[in-house]
Parts: sequence; C-alpha cells; structure tokens
Amino acid sequence: MDMCLGVPAKVLEIRGEKALVDFGGVTREAFITLLDDVKIGDYVMIHTGYAIEKLKPEEAEEILKMLEEVNKS
Amino acid sequence: MFAGQPLAPRHEQTISRFGLRSLLPEEVEVIAGPGCPVCVTPTVALDRAVELALRGVIVTAFGDLMMVPATRMSLLEAKARGGDVRVVYSVSDAVEVARRNPDREVVFVSVGFETTAPTTASELLRGVPENFSVMCYHRLIPPAMELLLGIGDIHIDGFICPGHVAAIIGVKAFRIFAEAYKMPTTIAGFEPNDVLLAILMLLRQLRDGEAMCENEYSRVVREEGNLKAQQFIDEVYDIATADWRGIGRIPQSGLTLKKEFEDFDAEKRYEFTSMKHVDINPGCNCHLVMIGKIYPPECRLFGKVCTPQKPYGPCMVSSEGTCRIYYKYGERPKL
Ligand code: SF4
Repeated sequence: MDMCLGVPAKVLEIRGEKALVDFGGVTREAFITLLDDVKIGDYVMIHTGYAIEKLKPEEAEEILKMLEEVNKS
Repeated sequence: MFAGQPLAPRHEQTISRFGLRSLLPEEVEVIAGPGCPVCVTPTVALDRAVELALRGVIVTAFGDLMMVPATRMSLLEAKARGGDVRVVYSVSDAVEVARRNPDREVVFVSVGFETTAPTTASELLRGVPENFSVMCYHRLIPPAMELLLGIGDIHIDGFICPGHVAAIIGVKAFRIFAEAYKMPTTIAGFEPNDVLLAILMLLRQLRDGEAMCENEYSRVVREEGNLKAQQFIDEVYDIATADWRGIGRIPQSGLTLKKEFEDFDAEKRYEFTSMKHVDINPGCNCHLVMIGKIYPPECRLFGKVCTPQKPYGPCMVSSEGTCRIYYKYGERPKL
C-alpha cells in the first residue's frame, strides 16, 4: 500500500484535482485534494495515489541524490 | 538493553533490507510493531468482502489484501471461484470502476491508518456514485502504541513512529508518549539514514535520561500535520472502539463512517451471513509477531508451512508484514 512512499515526486502539471508527477523518470497522476495550493515544481510525498504532504525543495533534491547513490551501489 | 519499536513496517523493511541490525551494537534491539495495515484488518472485513464478491458485487481492494487468509477463503480464491474482485491502487480507482459500471454494485475495502483514511474521506466528500459503497476498517496508530505500553512483558525503551502517519496527524499527536508516558519517541522517515538517525536520537535521550518527542523526518512532517487531511477525517468519520486482527479490541482506535455517509456504508447496505470469523489459525503466531513479542523465525510454521507463495497467517502476505519481510531479507548475523 505504501508504494512510492519515501520517494518525493515532482509536480509537472496541474490537472484540476490531480497533478502529473515525476518519480525520478516515471510519471503518473496523483490526486492533490489533500493539499492546498500545490504548484508546478513542488515536491510532494505520494501515498496510495494521493499527495499527502509537500517537501522543502532543497531537501527533496538532497534525498533524490541520496537515493540515486543507494541505487547505484 | 535498549529495545526500540519501529511502528511502521516500512521501517522494518529498511532495517532488514539494508541489514541495519548488523550495524547496531548488540545491546540495541529493534522490534517491529503492529503497523501493517493489512495484517491488523480483522477477518470479518475479508469474510464479508468474499461473501459480496461471490454474490455478484464488484469488490475492489488494495493488492496487498488479495492473498490474506480469511475464514473461508481469501479474496484471491473468491476471484478464482468467479467472484469479481479487482485490485486498485487507490480509492479513486475504485470510484472509477463504479462510474464505469453503473448497472453493478461496487464495494471498496477501505483499510489503512491515518495516511489512507483521508483519501477515502476525500472521495466521499467529492461525491461518489450511488452504486459505490465502502467497507470502513481504518485504524489509528497512537491508540495501538498506548496498548503496547500496557502489555507488561514487552520491554520497550523507545518508539520509532511512522513518518507517513505523522505527516497527516503531526508531531503533536505523538507528544503524549514522551510527556505522559516518559517514553523517548522519534518520528522517522524510511531511508536507512532516517532509521539510523532515529535510533541514535533515542539512544541519546536514554543516555541523558530524557524523554522527548523528536522529529527526524522534518523534511515532511510538521508539528501540526496536514490540517486539511485532518479536517477530512473529522468530517467523514467517528472514532470508535475497534478490533485489530491478532491483537484484539482497542478503545478509540478505529474510524467508522458518520451518519451522513451511512448510505455509502457497505455494512449498512448489505446483509451478511452470520458466521464465526477466525482471525488467527491454529499454530500461527502473528498475534505475538505483531506486538513484537517474538521474531518471525520463532514461529514453527515460518518458511515451512507458511511462505509468501502459500501464506498461512496474515503477516506473511503483505510486503509490510513482518514475517514476509523476514522471509525476503532474512536477518544478517550480528557483528
Ligand atoms: S510465519 Fe506464518 S504462521 Fe507463523 S506467525 Fe508468521 S504469518 Fe503466522
């Protein structure tokens, strides 16, 4: 149920109650009804298809870098 | 000895997958708590979903629920016998199934903790078609933690709380454990660094004789949590005493649909055959695994009678079940 959790997703496009998000190359739609004013470029955490919280951008980028390293090793 | 209890299976996954236990000093023991939503869903929910599927209702559920053993059969077996059971990734997919099949009845088995509850609430508030209803089995994490503290023979020195639950209910919901119960508490993310840092924070508190609620996962979790999601929960659900599979009844630990939404409550919409619901099959030790009293390999059925391909107990099914995690990653020897 927690698929994708822990990986921040970047908002590429807002489509009404949904957003197109990017999980390091994989894009999919997620609902943004649980958050106020989600903007393009924001990083969000996704749980069962819903964005549940926003991340601070610097930290999101840091995690993405860290994950990349873990995946490489 | 220090025993820290990570409540989220995702923490256990991280610990096992990266062999973190082998990095920790021998005195530090980390045991998984009852945070697997699929494992704690009482059999009655599955039995009723199976019954509806066999009666021609479309039953939608998260994939993790499919193979969970129930009293008569799992949802997967119901599907094999002709029941229309469909795996969905989110509640919105289930609502979509209902929209596309206006002449059929569609039920969504809504399980999970504070993180999943607002997603179903959000759909009910947006409006769902009349042929859609929900079996509401959401559970709450803090009451389960309180229960753990009351079990005398489990030794816990600190809690590692699930970051995704805290993202919704906030740090504030976990403060009581440090303040009233004097239990060192951290809220942690799910990367190896997160879990190690959370353990370090707990050890420092213990060394200094302190009990605080620290937020390791501050990049996501705020003091107040997600207020909008909390509001959705308040608008749609009442808090009620609830049964947890293998653990029993915990006061004020579950969510039920409010009266305004009872038309969408599958359990009010349909009649069910009365039967005995068996939560724990003879020989399965999930009830002990879930509260951290034993490690999975201590169950005699582990890996022999009970495997992910043919799970005998609920903890062997979901990728978040403790037995499943142990089966997959094993445990590395202590250094
Ligand atoms: S190994 Fe199987 S039977 Fe034993 S406790 Fe785990 S799930 Fe239950």
